[in-house]
Amino acid sequence: MFDLSVVTKAIFGRLSLESFPIHEPILIVTFIAVLLGGGALVAGLTYFRLWGYLWREWFTTVDHKRIGIMYMILGLIMLLRGFADAIMMRLQQAMAFGGSEGYLNAHHYDQIFTAHGVIMIFFVAMPMVTGLMNYIVPLQIGARDVSFPFLNNFSFWMTAGGAVLVMMSLFVGEFARTGWLAYPPLSGIGYSPDVGVDYYIWALQVAGVGTLLSGVNLVCTIVKMRAPGMTMMKMPVFTWTSLCTNVLIVAAFPVLTAVLVLLSLDRYVGTNFFTNDLGGSPMMYVNLIWIWGHPEVYILILPAFGIFSEVTSTFSGKKLFGYTSMVYATVVITILSYLVWLHHFFTMGSGASVNSFFGITTMIISIPTGAKIFNWLFTMYRGRIRFELPMMWTVAFMLTFVIGGMTGVLLAVPPADFVLHNSLFLIAHFHNVIIGGVLFGLFAGIVYWWPKAFGFRLDPFWGKLSFWFWVIGFYVAFMPLYVLGLMGVTRRLRVFEDPSLQIWFQVAAVGAFLIFLGIAAFLIQIAVSVLRRNELRETSGDPWDGRTLEWATSSPPPDYNFAFTPVIHDNDAWWDMKKRGYLRPQDGFKAIHMPSNTGAGIILAGLSVVLAFALIWYIWWLAAVSFIGLLVVAIGHTFNYSRDFYIPAAEVVRTENERTRLLSGQVKA
Amino acid sequence: MTTTMTTAHGTAQAGQAPVFYMVDEHEHPEGHSTLLGFWIYLMSDCLIFAVLFATYGVLGGNYAAGPSPKDLFDLPLVALNTSMLLLSSITYGFAMLTMEKGRIGPTQGWLAITGLFGLAFLGIELYEFAHLIHEGATPQRSAFLSSFFTLVGTHGLHVTFGIVWLVTLMVQVSKRGLTVANRRRLMCLSMFWHFLDVVWIGVFTFVYLMGMLR
Repeated sequence: MFDLSVVTKAIFGRLSLESFPIHEPILIVTFIAVLLGGGALVAGLTYFRLWGYLWREWFTTVDHKRIGIMYMILGLIMLLRGFADAIMMRLQQAMAFGGSEGYLNAHHYDQIFTAHGVIMIFFVAMPMVTGLMNYIVPLQIGARDVSFPFLNNFSFWMTAGGAVLVMMSLFVGEFARTGWLAYPPLSGIGYSPDVGVDYYIWALQVAGVGTLLSGVNLVCTIVKMRAPGMTMMKMPVFTWTSLCTNVLIVAAFPVLTAVLVLLSLDRYVGTNFFTNDLGGSPMMYVNLIWIWGHPEVYILILPAFGIFSEVTSTFSGKKLFGYTSMVYATVVITILSYLVWLHHFFTMGSGASVNSFFGITTMIISIPTGAKIFNWLFTMYRGRIRFELPMMWTVAFMLTFVIGGMTGVLLAVPPADFVLHNSLFLIAHFHNVIIGGVLFGLFAGIVYWWPKAFGFRLDPFWGKLSFWFWVIGFYVAFMPLYVLGLMGVTRRLRVFEDPSLQIWFQVAAVGAFLIFLGIAAFLIQIAVSVLRRNELRETSGDPWDGRTLEWATSSPPPDYNFAFTPVIHDNDAWWDMKKRGYLRPQDGFKAIHMPSNTGAGIILAGLSVVLAFALIWYIWWLAAVSFIGLLVVAIGHTFNYSRDFYIPAAEVVRTENERTRLLSGQVKA
Repeated sequence: MTTTMTTAHGTAQAGQAPVFYMVDEHEHPEGHSTLLGFWIYLMSDCLIFAVLFATYGVLGGNYAAGPSPKDLFDLPLVALNTSMLLLSSITYGFAMLTMEKGRIGPTQGWLAITGLFGLAFLGIELYEFAHLIHEGATPQRSAFLSSFFTLVGTHGLHVTFGIVWLVTLMVQVSKRGLTVANRRRLMCLSMFWHFLDVVWIGVFTFVYLMGMLR
């Protein structure tokens, strides 16, 4: 007997023609758009013969600056996807009243709210935060690169690999319909038998490897590679918050890895960790995932705090007020972030004493955070404040974040949480702190450091337009959700009964549209600035009259960052150098030792994506082949012992002379 | 630091003005932060085990009317297994001692013995697993067995990976000798190997010994 289905199962696993969502018109249109856009991009790159350049100079690079920029691009692209999900949800909720089903069916809508959360946290906020740390930290500590440059490249490609898997789920199969943390038993094989949760698991596992390794890398870099004289208490605040963030990454992401492994075992092998029968406990999953999840939000916000500290100090023309208290506040937040996870499920029956403990620790976090707010305010007090774009984002952050922080403390009170949990009030709260904190911080950071990375400023007009659309849009979109939450509307609903609620959702949809204009203006800002780059050119390397070391070198910095290793005497090292008559060295340059590029990172990450895809679709032969491939490439890479080279002294001289020419040109102008 | 500072120059007026950069290229020796990085990685790995231990701690008593540790564990066999791993740690120590003396032959010999002890450990563990599954105590039977197999199996996977790494390093040492890079790699594997030993002591105590008292 010959059965065709056995053969196709052996070759394609669960993958069949039915796996492609051809019955969803929205997805078909999206797919055609992606096909056209992607096709045009590929054609353009081929036409201009850019593939070789991209491969040599970008994909295989081990330069922390280029890797940082690639992280930012990844984050931006995924922001567009995550925001498309957001605006679809807002539209659906504004429409689905009075018997209307809206335009999204439940199957699709549930995937959208899951994908929105996963993408915004893992593939927008994380890459952007990591990108900024990657770019700035080595410059701020006067280093040539990170501790492990190859690992840095590999980490980026693993993160990108995770993003590829999430995007793939849009057109091949489906994504999870479980909410962004995929609680069992809903995410177990019994209730989610299809590939959605598997896409979720493997996307996060692949990206998680990258995040963890980049955490190890940056901790080592900050501990080991600071320039002479830079003691721990002379590090710039952004470097301090990056250190704490990466310590949190190293201490939190293994928990996510482990808990997702246990969930996959339940799904693939039939173990009973989180099942309801044979002794399993779904609560175990909820505890473990939040032991990772709560530190995760501090992983995102701490670097933003660092950015605001740098910006406030620079644009107030003053030393940061209370540097020491700022550092201690950061460290205290780092530690406390591990002692609050249970506040995410006060209602799940831990009892009054346990809830009180976690409620109180949560409230305590507002103390170091409040200290930071006051430090920024006192830095501005009697400062000569310049309201450039980064400073505008910072002020918007301070106002917005304080509101989000206060609703957070409100939710930390267990009795109040019993009323408000799982409601739109919670949704409004965490968007209030993540948009008002992390996202505003990222925008401030992007505008602040853009001239450093590219040698020209961003156009201020479109930037201000983007700023006002974003800030106003945020309030219009999320304040109604606070109101709705107080009225008892729960999250993740697709249709509504009570017509009196509709106006609030319609207002929120208008807010989402304003945010859309903000994102559009931001993209236009980048495009306009690239076109007008000659007018916006910045040759000094120090456009904002900065205070920390990254402004001591040229914009963009040379591959080797600093021709001579700087020696640090003060917290604001560059300010100190400017004040005390630093003269830029113009001769005596030597050859500089640098790491070589390698393609191993992108190949390993590519194989990981194939392995993950095979596991998602039960294509066991492909899983075996790609796993063996991974082993062979990884071991093969360790046989390559020549991983460095010297930039010849002549080239350093040429680069530095060019900078001398630019600097003197500026004096004349 | 002060000695290196003397080679640096500041502004035109040397002696008076502060030193702002170092004229001599101050070289970070190759692999200067590898050991620290590997330590941090080990600590993150330790957290994975911590989660598995915690899961075993919470779910380890949920037999679901199935077999309990007392019905299943064969302590003399586990003791033999433990001694294999502990001996492998000692022989790895000998490998490191001979490596310090720069003697390639004995180093390779001790590494090979370490690998054999590791294989013996894995063999006994696989035998134990096969036996349990044969008796119907599968990972699917109860949350206790799920967490038992996952904790012990994850440790076993680490040992497997360690052996693959060990073989790779033996090939590299035979090709290039005990170069600085190879010594550093052997040092990392040494930390990894001893770390697995420490984790196993936790497994032996927490899972097997205390399991018999349950």
